Amino acid sequence: MSNLAVLPIILPLASAIILIFFNSNVKVSRFLTKIFTLIGVIVAGYITSETLFNGSIILETGSWVAPFGIILVVDTLSAVLVLTTNIIAVACAFYAPYSNLGEKENYYFYPFFFFLITGVSGAFVTGDLFNLFVFFEVLLMASYALIVLGGDKVQFRESLKYLLINLFSSMLFVTAVAFLYGVVGTVNMAQIAERISEVDQQGILTTIAFLLFFVFGTKAALFPLYYWLPNSYIVPNPIISALFGALLTKVGVYSIIRVFTLMFVHRLELTHEFFIWIAGLSMIFGVIGALSTNNIKLIVAYNIIPAIGYMIMGIGIFNQEALNGSIYYLIQDMIVKAALFLLVGIIAYVAGTSDLRKMGGLIHHYPLLGWLLFISAFVLAGIPPFSGFIGKLLLLDGAFQTDRIIISIIALGTSLLILYSIIKIFIRGFWGEKDTMKNLDIKSTKGMIGPVVFLLLFTVILGVGAEYFYPISNSIAEYLLDPQVYIDSVLKE
Amino acid sequence: MEILIIILSGVLFTTAIYNLLQKQLLRIIIGTVLLSHGAHLMILTMGKLKTGLPPVLTEGVTDYTDPLPQALILTSIVISFGITGLLLVLAYRTTQENNTDNMEQLRGKSNE
Repeated sequence: MSNLAVLPIILPLASAIILIFFNSNVKVSRFLTKIFTLIGVIVAGYITSETLFNGSIILETGSWVAPFGIILVVDTLSAVLVLTTNIIAVACAFYAPYSNLGEKENYYFYPFFFFLITGVSGAFVTGDLFNLFVFFEVLLMASYALIVLGGDKVQFRESLKYLLINLFSSMLFVTAVAFLYGVVGTVNMAQIAERISEVDQQGILTTIAFLLFFVFGTKAALFPLYYWLPNSYIVPNPIISALFGALLTKVGVYSIIRVFTLMFVHRLELTHEFFIWIAGLSMIFGVIGALSTNNIKLIVAYNIIPAIGYMIMGIGIFNQEALNGSIYYLIQDMIVKAALFLLVGIIAYVAGTSDLRKMGGLIHHYPLLGWLLFISAFVLAGIPPFSGFIGKLLLLDGAFQTDRIIISIIALGTSLLILYSIIKIFIRGFWGEKDTMKNLDIKSTKGMIGPVVFLLLFTVILGVGAEYFYPISNSIAEYLLDPQVYIDSVLKE
Repeated sequence: MEILIIILSGVLFTTAIYNLLQKQLLRIIIGTVLLSHGAHLMILTMGKLKTGLPPVLTEGVTDYTDPLPQALILTSIVISFGITGLLLVLAYRTTQENNTDNMEQLRGKSNE
């Protein structure tokens, strides 16, 4: 029982409300945003260290004892994800003043930015399935407002589709929760897990599991439910795309991890086996999408889908190494996707177009930008010493241990194609004669590069310093494989 | 009683899906509204339908109405009300900007 658990939700919420009052004053808003995100990182860091050394932090709101009240559970997984979210928020807060939002910056951009963080952190720390739905809605509401910010013709069109698909899956989420409540009579995650294991997950419960997987799969953009993602993620400003690409789909992945390591773990041959194939198909179709286009923003947006595939593959294999790999990959992918979206935003800005066919020779004018893109391509493809390598190594280790050869081949092949899809931006956009692009006016990238370097630095640290981070993710994987620990810590039996 | 309400909820879901698959924007919005109604009725039924019983659980009371589904529905209604409001405004602005309310024409071109 500690009030610490509510801080990841309260802090961004309070920041958002304060920033509403300073909406008309951009300078104050920018300054406060930077301060608030830095405070957020410090608090999240403290919470993470607390969970690492002293175990899960559990808060029973209003002193209603679990399972009756709403509870917040910050275990190591939640804490690490909240910390990563806050690190990304810092990078975005420092990038925002240079992101060419123009007058959009005055249209409540900063409050919605913090509302989004509130929803994401809330989804990570809640220990109640219905509350998870509520926090999904909080973050989706903020994302609806952010995606349409500015109000271009294209933006309206795509955000309408984005809203409709999310509304549909949210309603299915409510239905699934209702079903589950009808069967097990509770919405507390720990108690659901306990009761499901008591009845050994009979038929109807597996059906509900698939319904929940459908819902989270839609939010996480898995095959065949990803069709809404690429076009809607490229229409808003790069900074908003970065937030979406880094955080929103990962909340879906987190929910899948939570639900399918805690509750529905008694019919692995049905549920988790199915995930592996879905993961393989997500990798293949996602990377084909990335190769099919010349729009640099679309290439990066499509690259989200195979990355989600890798994480789901780890959950599907469901052993120590694979889960460890999933978590490592999840955390580093959040960071590198944010960096990549920001990077591509800068490239599109300096080149004045996002069409690769019209680019060329940018390396003569923007060498640093080129090499940063080169590094992030390596991170994404999983080339040592960067963090992507560690995640993929662990995933493949887990796959080989259970003799899953086909998915390993798909995963390795996809890595190469991912590398090609990003290097294509490097080759076509940055190589070439100095004056390939006529009328290119040199724009200053002051302030934009910093946040990207900051994020990429983390991926290097996660890769080179794997020795220090591996035990943490390993202990999280161990913890996830034993749902009884979570149940005992919440219900205190 | 529960069976009837579940069938009603099913009918609402079916009509909602039918409407969601239409091309006209307003029909799609009506579809989402019906969908949320279906889901809410579903939650209500899951707590068993009883009339005239208090939503309390104290010693000596054996028959009571489950208060949790009602709390869940209330939350869910508020959320879907908010989203429907937003959706209506968004749909209105979209049709204004794009000069059409036909989803077929809102598909977008491959090279933009």
